[in-house]
Amino acid sequence: MSQSAPERGDRHLLAARGLVAGYPGRRVIEGLDLELAPGRVTMIIGANASGKSTLLGTMSRLHPPLAGRVELDGADVRGIPRRRFAQTVGLLPQHPTAPDGVTVAELVGRGRHPHRGLLQRWSAEDTAHVDEAMAWTGVADLADRPVGDLSGGQRQRVWIAMALAQDPRILLLDEPTTFLDLSHQLEVLDLLRALNRDRGTTVVAVLHDLNLAARYADDLVVMHAGTIVAHGAPGEVLTAETVERAFGLSALVMPDPLTGTPLVVPVPSAHAARGGAAATASTASTPSALSTSVHPTPSLREDHP
Amino acid sequence: MSVSAVVRRTVARRHRLVTAALIVIAVVAVAVAVSVGDYPISPDRLWQTLIGSGTRIEQYVVFQVRAPRATMALVAGAALGLAGALLQSFLGNPLASPDLLGISGGSSLAAVVAILVLGTTGPILTAFAFAGGAVVAVLLMLAGRTLRDGGFRLILAGIGVSFLATAFIDLMMVRAKVEEARLALLWLTGSLSSTAWWQVVTVAVVVALLVPALVLAGRWLPIVQLGRDTAHGLGVASGRVQFVVVASAVLLTAVTSAFVGPISFIALCAPAIARSLLRHGAVGLATSAAVGAVLLLAADLVAQFAIPGMSMPVGIVTGAVGALFLLWLLSTSKGRHL
Repeated sequence: MSQSAPERGDRHLLAARGLVAGYPGRRVIEGLDLELAPGRVTMIIGANASGKSTLLGTMSRLHPPLAGRVELDGADVRGIPRRRFAQTVGLLPQHPTAPDGVTVAELVGRGRHPHRGLLQRWSAEDTAHVDEAMAWTGVADLADRPVGDLSGGQRQRVWIAMALAQDPRILLLDEPTTFLDLSHQLEVLDLLRALNRDRGTTVVAVLHDLNLAARYADDLVVMHAGTIVAHGAPGEVLTAETVERAFGLSALVMPDPLTGTPLVVPVPSAHAARGGAAATASTASTPSALSTSVHPTPSLREDHP
Repeated sequence: MSVSAVVRRTVARRHRLVTAALIVIAVVAVAVAVSVGDYPISPDRLWQTLIGSGTRIEQYVVFQVRAPRATMALVAGAALGLAGALLQSFLGNPLASPDLLGISGGSSLAAVVAILVLGTTGPILTAFAFAGGAVVAVLLMLAGRTLRDGGFRLILAGIGVSFLATAFIDLMMVRAKVEEARLALLWLTGSLSSTAWWQVVTVAVVVALLVPALVLAGRWLPIVQLGRDTAHGLGVASGRVQFVVVASAVLLTAVTSAFVGPISFIALCAPAIARSLLRHGAVGLATSAAVGAVLLLAADLVAQFAIPGMSMPVGIVTGAVGALFLLWLLSTSKGRHL
């Protein structure tokens, strides 16, 4: 634990300034400003196509901004070598792929890449980081197992272990709980919160489930049509009005009886009452955008041991 | 003992075991290759020849005829194994190889133009073969630029390019004089016979010059395998990797096919064999090179001696064995994701 003791004191600020992002010919985000508070858990929520993933992708340098800039500690990230950027900012994308037959320890070890020089051999420090990351995420017992044989929940913990071996001060995650059942979703979110509380890592995640986001976030960023409609503590920003605006959905917002964080209860509309037929609808304005996301999606992979 | 160190040791031990086994096989195969033939040399005489006390004819047969041929098989096989491993790991597709991607087709077409239209077989042929392969590679990369993960569409495009190249080659062959067409056909089949030392040295120098690029690729490819986005998150930009990987693979393919012809399937088979030997999801560049070397040498021995009195070009053997291997690869789920 020594190398990454909780109080390292080096807090980094990742920020977007006047950010325009998207793809050539299609602007998804139009002039957005955001500072990701260091040492906190920030969850980004919003309907499908609201620009959440584009924002995360642009801030992690996956896509270059069309205009404006992304700054790390006040410096334009385009001037920072990628490997050095990766020593501070980690990214766990939605669909990482594990090569056939790769074992857990091998995969987690690949997270050390940004810290290793080209001709530098594997060091004791690398081993220490990998062991620690696997212990932290509870996958140490799986070290010699092929990743492909694991269940969905185990696999996601392995990927988080890989991101931890990278030892980033800011960790960005794109929908880290998709394809997991509810108990595994909670497991992953508990892990991320522990990472933040114990190590001071800034955690930023795009999440679909409003209630889980509200429960685990220190700061909530609510997006709609490429802009931020609300940003702040969940209790303050997650109101019926915000939900209506961001999701086009009428909902009751009440305190969660367990945690006191806001709990969004969608009001059934005529559309939703027709049953799950519209479950694949993806436009921001359909009420089903929310109703699909509050059902935890069971993972098919869970069936296999 | 830390858990990850135990796994790393297992991986390293496996790697050493595989390397040692391949070296033993290669040494035995080379010994066989320089001994057997129309002028058989006994192990005892081979030893005498190697330490410099053989007869003049023994010296000539071993050092001027058989050794360059065997060495070329090793070097060209290694180059093809490397080219295949680079492309397969980068594209995350076990079907990716210079043959199936049409890079060999582009090389062949350009080489046939050199032989039939320009009437040359020297360094210009090498340059043409390289340029032809490079043009196809660039076209494919432009076409596949929008694809997130290399994927099967690139392979299909490559197969299309191969057919197109074959069509043009056939057109030129039917219009050529019989003597010239025979020369081109021999080249197209891929053959190691009458290899000279200078040719071996040329290929070896190109492989040696690429070592820095291969070291880079060896570091990057395990990261790229995790997906483009994950690789970016770990500080590896796929554009740079693509340039290094594709340029190296084209250079390796083109320089070998310039001297020994577009020998098929070694680049496809060697990395798959290397990966299943190494396990643990390894990229295995060096092991693929070793497997390719041993495979091509063994194939050349089969080509020379399988049918008594009839020496075939090695490309016929690799083509036949490789086709069976490809069918096996397609019928199993082996290596869906690399």
